Amino acid sequence: MPVLQPETPSRQLRCCGASGCRSAGGEALLAALRTARDADAGAAAGLTIKPVGCLRLCGRGPLVACDGPEGTRLYGAVPPEHAADLLAAAREDGPDAGVARAALEPHRLDLDEPFFRLQRPVVLETCGQVDPESIDDAFAHGAYDQLRRVLAELTPKQVRDEVRRSGLRGRGGAGYPTGLKWDTVALQPPGPRTVVCNADEGDPGAFMDRSVLESDPHRLIEGMAIAAYAVGADHGYVYVRAEYPLAIERLRLALQQARRKGVLGRGIFDSEFSLAIEVRVGAGAYVCGEETALLLSIQGQRGMPRPRPPYPAQSGLWGAPTLINNVETFSAVPAILREGGDWYAAMGTEGSRGTKVFALSGAVRHTGLVEVPMGMPLRTVVEEMGGGVPDGSAVKAVQTGGPSGGCIPAEQLDTPVDYESLLSLGSMMGSGGMVVMGETTSMPVVARHFMRFSVNESCGKCVPCRAGTVQLAELLDRFVEHRAETADLERLEELCGMVRATSLCGLGQAAPNPVLSTLRWFRHEYEAALREPSHCEPPDSCTVGADGETRGYAP
Amino acid sequence: MSVTTASAAAASLAQVVRRHGARSDALIEVLHQVQEIHGYLPPEALREVATLMRLPLSRVYGVASFYHLFRLEPPTDHRCAVCLGTACFVRGAAQLAQRLETRLGVDLDDAAGNGTWALQHVSCLGACGQAPVVVVDGVLLTKLPVDRREELESQLDAAGIPRPPTV
Repeated sequence: MPVLQPETPSRQLRCCGASGCRSAGGEALLAALRTARDADAGAAAGLTIKPVGCLRLCGRGPLVACDGPEGTRLYGAVPPEHAADLLAAAREDGPDAGVARAALEPHRLDLDEPFFRLQRPVVLETCGQVDPESIDDAFAHGAYDQLRRVLAELTPKQVRDEVRRSGLRGRGGAGYPTGLKWDTVALQPPGPRTVVCNADEGDPGAFMDRSVLESDPHRLIEGMAIAAYAVGADHGYVYVRAEYPLAIERLRLALQQARRKGVLGRGIFDSEFSLAIEVRVGAGAYVCGEETALLLSIQGQRGMPRPRPPYPAQSGLWGAPTLINNVETFSAVPAILREGGDWYAAMGTEGSRGTKVFALSGAVRHTGLVEVPMGMPLRTVVEEMGGGVPDGSAVKAVQTGGPSGGCIPAEQLDTPVDYESLLSLGSMMGSGGMVVMGETTSMPVVARHFMRFSVNESCGKCVPCRAGTVQLAELLDRFVEHRAETADLERLEELCGMVRATSLCGLGQAAPNPVLSTLRWFRHEYEAALREPSHCEPPDSCTVGADGETRGYAP
Repeated sequence: MSVTTASAAAASLAQVVRRHGARSDALIEVLHQVQEIHGYLPPEALREVATLMRLPLSRVYGVASFYHLFRLEPPTDHRCAVCLGTACFVRGAAQLAQRLETRLGVDLDDAAGNGTWALQHVSCLGACGQAPVVVVDGVLLTKLPVDRREELESQLDAAGIPRPPTV
């Protein structure tokens, strides 16, 4: 199924109502469309105006998809004044359709562009098709069919086998095999179990999970319910960051609708299986994306990681075995059960099966959401789908994995996107943020940007992270301000190694990654920033402090 | 705060706690709602929460001070938040933050600001497609032209951000 094109094309206008398009004026456009329809009741009869979730190309918002028997046309950056044109264009047989379409032509987006054509929607298959606030529309798109089938036909073990066969790995960043994790929880000694969805998507530049929550919350709920059945849990939590008000609102509404329709609660689909799901809202702490911190935060405490083992799968919420997966992982489950684990495993690479959703942003022409098979070369994602740097200059680096990841240099762009390849380049898959950087971005400045983030977000429990990140940030200041000495370069590397080796949790252990990866691939930029004139490549790059501002970023 | 509004706030605070059955795991949720009532978390409200939820004040204060979104000081009348997420950063957000600091005469992340305005940073608003972005009193400004000084200044004017008095 090509991206964004509905299976049964009835005449309708789908307006993106996710955060990205809202911030670009999506609500005003939807209101204008409804007003125009009401003013022209007769002619617009039979035409549905439907608010939907993410239509992918966030940078061109607000987006509207115009469906008809002849196919789908997508329009971007549509001002509300064009509402009447959109209505006319949607009515194929209307007298003004041709005129209206001509008026809209400058806003037309080509669905045959690589950005859309190369997508392989699985997690996002109904994102942008379904009205996120209507459970009936979700039902019409197949939501909860797999939960119903699983409860009627499969044992928990059969479900886990299917997930294991799919090769699905955790989409939150670490890539732990999902089936294995489910088995670990299921095979704990008898007693209560809990499922937790990590929706604390904190990496700057990552907005995949937010888009799923805002666009298709029932898919997540179904995935969680199937997981709960597979591991024997009767209680679940979704931990969402407070910075996502719209996602929280839609998730709460979806849960309410699901309870009312009996797909959550006692004896779901006339089976023995019961499940209650609660929403827990964070309060702005990046470290709460770490699983042990997240569990403490759900329990109303400071989100500070603790050493593992015991792993949450053994001892989690209130000491009970707890399954934690992120939004994208759970949301992949319904499709895996519908099509089979082998179908999913046939996509992607040997070690990284299936598809992955990425959020493309930064110095790239097409910003937005893409779901592609694992193993696609980074170059295809960034240059072909993303369209490269807007001014036509070269891509300098691609940042993946957020503050725990690294910068991949342009010469490595042919690397396939999979867990192991990205790790071998000193970066990581992370949750899926992909920020493109052009020639004007200075790497020591980028490294300091992430280090400041880690300083801010360190929970303070262990000294290597609490004090080490501060020291690293100060060392990086010296490079950015061109007052570093040769010895600082050694200190920087040494301290990175220490923080990485001795920090308590993943946040601290990965905090040096942006420094290490930029040191590895862009060492000359650090060397050029040394104070000693003999180390300066072009003589003028030694001017204290001026460099940052003149090139378009502040020191 | 007058006597009537103070007692009304105390009553609604008790209501908030009761709604959660005084379960200690609901502390973060309770603090969110208390902050909604007062605009921040005043010390007396934290004491009240501790009493009602039968938790040590240290635990309540510990949680309140741990999370970035909880404010322990009253907010200024006007607030501006500049996104320093990676996408915004690549598109000049740090420069934008500096410009706003100069313009407002405040330091980034100083909650007291200049008495009327305060400028804070946020790590990512998820509006990466519209980078760089700034939120002025709840209104999102998108795709700010950092490189074109005049245009930037006039957009900031239009958003109601005052210029420094000396200019």
